[in-house]
Amino acid sequence: MFASGTRVRVKDAWPERQAPAHIRTPWYVRGIEGEVVRHLGDFANPEDLAFARPAAKVPLYHVRFRKDRIWPEKQPEDEILIEIFGHWLEQA
Amino acid sequence: MSDLLETDGERLLTAVRALLERKGVVSAAEIAERRVATDNASPGQGAKMVAKAWVDPNYRALMLSDGTKAAEHLGIPMLGMPPLGVLENTAEVHNLVVCTLCSCYPRAVLGYPPFWYKSAAYRARAVRDPRELLASEWKTIVPDNVKVRVVDSTADYRWMVLPMQPAGTQDWDEARLASIVRDGDMIGVTIPSV
Repeated sequence: MFASGTRVRVKDAWPERQAPAHIRTPWYVRGIEGEVVRHLGDFANPEDLAFARPAAKVPLYHVRFRKDRIWPEKQPEDEILIEIFGHWLEQA
Repeated sequence: MSDLLETDGERLLTAVRALLERKGVVSAAEIAERRVATDNASPGQGAKMVAKAWVDPNYRALMLSDGTKAAEHLGIPMLGMPPLGVLENTAEVHNLVVCTLCSCYPRAVLGYPPFWYKSAAYRARAVRDPRELLASEWKTIVPDNVKVRVVDSTADYRWMVLPMQPAGTQDWDEARLASIVRDGDMIGVTIPSV
């Protein structure tokens, strides 16, 4: 479990290049560092659910990213807030 | 219904519904109940929540901590719906909701999304350059000293924005306040005005 305020990095993983996959992690934050805002709850893993496989409940976090870490446009204080499952995050 | 007017899709739907009922997955009554809830969902329901939050600090606190409970408090059916989260616009931050992966939208409280919400253009521009998107498409100018927070709705929650109450409406009642809140205000592409 990640506590609120934990610095995390989204895994730079691309499972969709290996095999058919259903992924709720946008490509534009793979490998990008952000901060856990809060744990939103535990939900059935959509990566299994989409293929009708038994889906364990996995933690879902609200994670915020500084927008200038992702895109070059101005306003460095702007941020993107994204729901990301715990197995996509590692401590930064 | 005449076979000439029945499409393949309708025949498939009828067959699937009959199977779901026979296998006890879902009853005809449950489908009918959900159809009513779906038909009734409209921006007017979200607007009622916003207006109440503007006049009632306790309701505002409930809405920000548990959007689902706040919706149910006003009689909006949330059973079986994804959990609802509400993010507040303030003098420091302006929230904009998008779903870059598909089209997640707080349908339980806002109804069907506007046609452009699912467009690749909206989804791409919202995360890449939200200020330019808001200014050029909606004339919504977010001041430089206000942070833009793009909320990419990627998973099990649905997100709604609680906009700021416009100046000059402090003595209005809830019904009149609700009448000025549009769907765009509740996903952050526009700002309520009088």
